[in-house]
Amino acid sequence: MPCFTLPKNAGTTGPRKTVLVAAAVLSVPLVLTGCTDNTKAADTSGGAINVVSSNSECKVSATSVPSGNLTFSVKNEGTEVTEFYLLAADGLRILGEVENIGPGLSRNLVVTAPPGTYTTACKPGMEGDGIRAALEVTQSGNQPSADADFQHLLDTATTQYGSYVKDQSEQLLTGTEQFAAAFKAGNAEQARSLYAATRQHWERIEPVAESFGDLDPQLDAREADLEPGQEWTGWHRAEKDLFPPAGYTAMAPAERSAIADRIVADTKDLVERNRTLEISADMLGNGAKELLDEVATGKVTGEEEIWSHTDLWDFQANVDGARIAFESLKPALLQKDSALAASLDEKFAALQAELATHAQGSGFTSYDKLAPEQVQKLASLVDALGEPLSRLTAAVVL
Amino acid sequence: MTGCPFGGQPPETSAPQDDAAAEQQRNALDNGQPTAGARLSRRGLFGIAGLGGAAAGLAVGFLGHDAVAASAAPPAADSPVVPFHGEHQAGITTPAQDRLHMAAFDVTTTKRDELIQLLKDWTQAAEALTQGRPAGATGAVDGPYGAPPEDTGEALDLNAGKLTLTFGFGAGLFEKDGTARFGLDGRKPEALIDLPHFPGDDLDPARSGGDLVVQACADDPQVAVHAIRNLARIGFGKVRVRWSQLGFGRTSSTSRAQQTPRNLFGFKDGTNNLKVEDEQLLDQHVWAAAARPQDAWMAGGSFLVARRIRMHIEIWDRTSLGEQEGLIGRTKGSGAPLSGGEEFTEPDFTRQGKGGKPLIPLDSHVRMAHPNQNSGVRMLRRGYNYTDGSDGVGHLDAGLFFIAFVTDPRTHYVPMQMAMAKGDTLAVEYLKHTGSGLFAVPRGVKPGGFIGEGLFT
Repeated sequence: MPCFTLPKNAGTTGPRKTVLVAAAVLSVPLVLTGCTDNTKAADTSGGAINVVSSNSECKVSATSVPSGNLTFSVKNEGTEVTEFYLLAADGLRILGEVENIGPGLSRNLVVTAPPGTYTTACKPGMEGDGIRAALEVTQSGNQPSADADFQHLLDTATTQYGSYVKDQSEQLLTGTEQFAAAFKAGNAEQARSLYAATRQHWERIEPVAESFGDLDPQLDAREADLEPGQEWTGWHRAEKDLFPPAGYTAMAPAERSAIADRIVADTKDLVERNRTLEISADMLGNGAKELLDEVATGKVTGEEEIWSHTDLWDFQANVDGARIAFESLKPALLQKDSALAASLDEKFAALQAELATHAQGSGFTSYDKLAPEQVQKLASLVDALGEPLSRLTAAVVL
Repeated sequence: MTGCPFGGQPPETSAPQDDAAAEQQRNALDNGQPTAGARLSRRGLFGIAGLGGAAAGLAVGFLGHDAVAASAAPPAADSPVVPFHGEHQAGITTPAQDRLHMAAFDVTTTKRDELIQLLKDWTQAAEALTQGRPAGATGAVDGPYGAPPEDTGEALDLNAGKLTLTFGFGAGLFEKDGTARFGLDGRKPEALIDLPHFPGDDLDPARSGGDLVVQACADDPQVAVHAIRNLARIGFGKVRVRWSQLGFGRTSSTSRAQQTPRNLFGFKDGTNNLKVEDEQLLDQHVWAAAARPQDAWMAGGSFLVARRIRMHIEIWDRTSLGEQEGLIGRTKGSGAPLSGGEEFTEPDFTRQGKGGKPLIPLDSHVRMAHPNQNSGVRMLRRGYNYTDGSDGVGHLDAGLFFIAFVTDPRTHYVPMQMAMAKGDTLAVEYLKHTGSGLFAVPRGVKPGGFIGEGLFT
């Protein structure tokens, strides 16, 4: 998955993976994370503030600007990689930053700034204190809605969501152990009944799980995802055996046992890693968006569970996970963009109501029983939610 | 092909008046200028042809001459005509035209003679169509009143639109179900493999494979469609269309005179593409050699890889600019690599940003696709953006119709695609391959010859 920003492959990291950076500085109070870059504000009161960073200079086009959403358009005219910071008057507290600007490139930083004295800094070479200057933000009457409690709201959101991830991963492990025992014992009926319900715990926190690049393919690869010769393990390997297509040769008991043990071992690994996972606010927003992406590309099309057809269980779980992330962020979002919060509330409710019409017992109708019109209806509600949900991150970390 | 126009200018849209066209042709006949005749509209030409048998014979004779001359001397840069004949088939290094219509065919006849005749008929039609002339001796409106016209007519009044027709042979032409066809036992090039399953492939058989392929590229979509339609018509009884694909906007440049276009992700595509000016690299990476004596017909040919790549554009559009650029490895505006510079600045994969991480992410598309990461191999890409209506759940069925020409797909396509299907986050999350084809593209046709002639001798 793009993004939750943890490396997809061991050692794979890059500029777009900003969360690790954000997570790493989480202990510094009031850091707004490094994730506000590249976001152009629709409404900047005084137009963009141009910043030209060279090897020896940091030219800022204004020394005094009216308060509100400030857009800094930072151009690197030097030969080194540069970054730009907006710091509080104390010169320590970071209000916003853009980093990794290669020579010749430009990037925008949007920051919400109340009236006061600030410090701008370019850091060619990304070292030292940078080339600093004062910036006065004057009262525009356009008072940003965020207040000093805002960071507290974000912290509460990440704490809440962290607890949710922890709880889901523990339930996943418990369920997986029961499933694996049944599968191993050849108790197909019981394994089938546990399959979708257990996977829901995985699907609820899928972006977190996917952020560990190796565990996702080991636990959740579909047959079509494999390359020739690649070992196939995980849930979908078991799925094919439990819901066999025509002409399928069942696994031998030893093979089944090995698959079951491996699923349990990989899940334990996941739970262990989730314990030390640091969560930042943009992880919530991006994670929610990615869960909806998953629904739109995999679940609504029935591609995730091609043998068990339990796609709607996964669908519901993805929506659950996205909703929890949104609701954790909602108090913060209400301060920044209450209209977006209201829109998301409404669209989550509409999608949930439609999903509920397909509920059956404790689970859902089989995907292959859905009529094309029913799939279309679900898909359009997913898109209706996905579009505003994609604006959540920028809305709260701006 | 050397000797192609490199202009990239918009095509002429207004057809010359009949009188002017006739005048031009007379001049051309007088001084042997190959380009003047090429400017004729189809209708103007047949205004003359219709004068009578002698005049028609004269015109045909002239046109034969035209074709020969055109392959020797390049037409003016703004000519709407691309020569058909040459050492290599046109439509490979020809500056990428704006529009595509590609069709793959299953050969239904079992007779070698019929197949050969079809290739001859197609060659003859291609010679006419690419020069802006209609199919058949009497075209769209100059045949008998009681018979259906030989040409379907929708390209009347249009110029050649830089039409190129490029032909290729799929593995199915050589053998089917383990049995050799058309006496071609042992003739299939070893590089004409069955492509392996790449992770994430979701190929639709109805959009994949084919025994023959025709790539029609033109600056006017009506011209490209007209060509495929008339070739399909000529083929009835011998071939049937297996799949066909329209492309509405080029996603590659094949000449430095062309601007780099954008794909449906909104990014410049093909910045680092092989270009017609890179002659040595073309020899090394694009043109095929005769691996065995019986492959002589492929010397100067190439292998065409076609992949219909659906893009999850709705999901992409909900992704932040920062993440989009990180996935591609270039800026969205200028197309500069994230290591800095401008569009054509060579990416610096070693340049590090914050925390020692590379500025161009390890899983970015530009890194995964770069020759440095692929044993130095290059390909000539010639893909097109497409949309084919909707997918039934409220999304555009849109993406990239990927076309690449390579010297050998085993070294120049399969390893790279295997790596990208696994490790390129862009490919894994936002792309789905839904159609596939691999074709051996024979060397160019000489005047009097026919496509793939050497294969049948």
